[in-house]
Amino acid sequence: MNTEDLAVRISDLDNFDGYQLECQPIPGEVGVLQITVGDFDELPTYLSVTDTQILCVTYLFTEEEVKSESRSEMLEEMLELNIPIPLSSFAKIGDRYVIFGSLSNSSGIEDICLEIITLTENAVESITALEDFLN
Amino acid sequence: MSVLKKIITAVRGGAREVGEFVVDANGTRIFEQEIKDAETHLRKAKQDLTDVMAKQMQAGRKVVSIKNEIAEHENYAGQALQKDNEELALEIAEKISQLEIDLVEQETVHNSFSDHVKRLKDLVKKTERQLKDYDRQLSMVKTTESVQKASAAITNNFASSNSKMISAKDSLERIKQRQQNTFDRLAAAEQLESENSDKSLGERMKAAGIGDSNEQSVNSVLDRIKAKQK
Repeated sequence: MNTEDLAVRISDLDNFDGYQLECQPIPGEVGVLQITVGDFDELPTYLSVTDTQILCVTYLFTEEEVKSESRSEMLEEMLELNIPIPLSSFAKIGDRYVIFGSLSNSSGIEDICLEIITLTENAVESITALEDFLN
Repeated sequence: MSVLKKIITAVRGGAREVGEFVVDANGTRIFEQEIKDAETHLRKAKQDLTDVMAKQMQAGRKVVSIKNEIAEHENYAGQALQKDNEELALEIAEKISQLEIDLVEQETVHNSFSDHVKRLKDLVKKTERQLKDYDRQLSMVKTTESVQKASAAITNNFASSNSKMISAKDSLERIKQRQQNTFDRLAAAEQLESENSDKSLGERMKAAGIGDSNEQSVNSVLDRIKAKQK
């Protein structure tokens, strides 16, 4: 499984669960796909494939956007939310807070699409939940 | 130090900058070499194990055969005594005592092989466990590397396409606005549809002469006036 194959297979799907998935490869040292779900253009999911897993990451906000006075309260809330949020977890890459999910390399296209859609919906849900902590 | 700890230390140490990878390619190569070494180790240990197990079985067979020989000669010695041939019996007894010395020797060899087998089996298990551990650690290092590279590619892409990452709140606002628009459109379409169906129902009723129609009411007014004039 590599990102090129995945891009072709996702593009072949007319829609999945009523959502239109749009795929765009990102040039770079490792293969990355930018995938947007339906109307959620602003929150694309980035997918990359490693030796052991398929990683799907959606960027939520940067450290700059977090109100510094309530930062630790927000972090605690994110830890609390981590388990209830279905199939996704919070993480941080550099100065960006993200939500991500990882799948086995042998996952089928349906599992991958479901993951991406869930991740996008969870991203919207999380920003809504954490809105008060953001500038 | 565990790999996870190294990763955390590297991140804390300021390896936050895009393009500055937490674990360099050199580190990954060293890991891969360690895994290869462990695999060689494991192959060698398994080879040794099969050799020693073969020797252990040979020694075991020898022990059994000496024991059989001793039993046989004890039987012969008994027969010699029955025939009152004390001299022959003595010779046989000497043979038996020699066999018993051999037996002790052979049993010592067998035991030492058994110990060796046990040690090698432990070593194989330990090496296999270590190999799994290395694989797990390598996968962590590679994933970190891949995430860093992917993140660099995404950031570069944003920079080159001149688009800016908008803030989470703005994103949310836009998404909500778009969803509201969609809902509004759906609601409008629904309303329009229901109005259309109302209208067509009215038309059909009128065609069937049911309900208030303008024509009927005009006629009834005219009838009322005519009645007053009478």
